[in-house]
Amino acid sequence: MKIHINGNIKEFEGRKITAQELAIQLNLNGKRFAIERNGEIIPKTNFDGIYINDGDKIEIIGAVGGG
Amino acid sequence: MADKILDTNDDLIIAGRSFTSRLLIGTGKYNSFKETRSAIDASHSKIVTVAIRRVNLGQSPDEPSLLDFLPPDEFTYLPNTAGCYSSDEAIRTLRLARELLDGHSLVKLEVLGDSETLYPNVIETINAAKILIKDGFDVMVYTSDDPIIAKQLEDIGCCAIMPLASLIGSGMGILNPWNLEIIIDKSNVPVIVDAGVGTASDATIAMELGCDGVLMNTAIALADNPILMASAMKKAVESGREAFIAGRMDKKLYRASPSSPIKGLIK
Repeated sequence: MKIHINGNIKEFEGRKITAQELAIQLNLNGKRFAIERNGEIIPKTNFDGIYINDGDKIEIIGAVGGG
Repeated sequence: MADKILDTNDDLIIAGRSFTSRLLIGTGKYNSFKETRSAIDASHSKIVTVAIRRVNLGQSPDEPSLLDFLPPDEFTYLPNTAGCYSSDEAIRTLRLARELLDGHSLVKLEVLGDSETLYPNVIETINAAKILIKDGFDVMVYTSDDPIIAKQLEDIGCCAIMPLASLIGSGMGILNPWNLEIIIDKSNVPVIVDAGVGTASDATIAMELGCDGVLMNTAIALADNPILMASAMKKAVESGREAFIAGRMDKKLYRASPSSPIKGLIK
C-alpha cells in the first residue's frame, strides 16, 4: 500500500493501517502531533478507529519555533 | 510591578484569561531550544507563539522538540498561521493546531498578502476571523495599523487586536504612533503591538502609547545577547506600562518651565 505522507510516498505492508499503527511505525509514539487524512483531521481519540488506505494523503504536523 | 504601587491588579486579560506579563514572545530564530528557553525565562513572558509545520519524519525518536523545553502546561501557547496566504490555509492550520494542543482555543491569526513585506492581507484576515470565531476559537489577530480594519476585527469578535508597528523582523520600531493611538482609543479589547519591535525603547514607546502588550521575536532572537535583551524587554514593557498608568506630563512646545524656584535667588 502506498500512502502520501507529508508530500512523500511511503510504502506499507497490508491494505490498510490505523492511524495509531502508522504513528508507531513512524516512531512518533510519545510525541505531540496531529494527523490530517485527505483534508480531514483524525481526532486523537479515534486513532485506533480510523483506517488509512492505499492512496490516502496524510499530513502529520507539530509545533515548531515561530513568531 | 505597577500592581505593587497601585494596589490594584494590572494583569493582562485576554479572552477571560489573566496573565502577569504584558510581553509575548515568539519562539523562532534562536540558536537552540536551550537559548529559546533561557530567553523566555529572562523575559518572564507567559505567552509564547509557535508555528505549525509538518513533522520531520526522518528524526530519531529521541530528538528533543521545542515542547520539551517549553512545556505546554507551563506556558500559554499561541499557535500562529505564519506562512498562510489565504483564509482557507489559516483556518486549516488553526484547526490542526487546536487538535495538536488538546482543544486549546487561543490562537494568533495572520494571513499574509506578500512574501517580501509579510504585510497582512486584511480582507482574507477578516474572512478567516469570521469563520474561526464561529468555530469557537479565541482569535488574537495580526493586522495593519488601519483603525477601521482594527475596529471591524473587534466587531466580528476577535479577542485582541495586534497591529504591526513596522514590518515583521525589520526591527524598524514604532513607525506610526498616531494610528496606534487611534486604534487604542477606539478599542474595547486588548491592543498588542506585533511586529517591528527592534530594541527596548520601541517596546516602551508602545506601552507608553497605551498598548496592552507587545509581542516580539526577532528583537530578542537576533540580538547579540538574546538573554540580556529579553531581560531588557521585560523591563521596557514594565516601565512603559508604569509610565502610561502614571500619566505623563504635558509637552510644552518650545517653552521652558524651570524646575527650581525663582524666589530667593542670590543677588
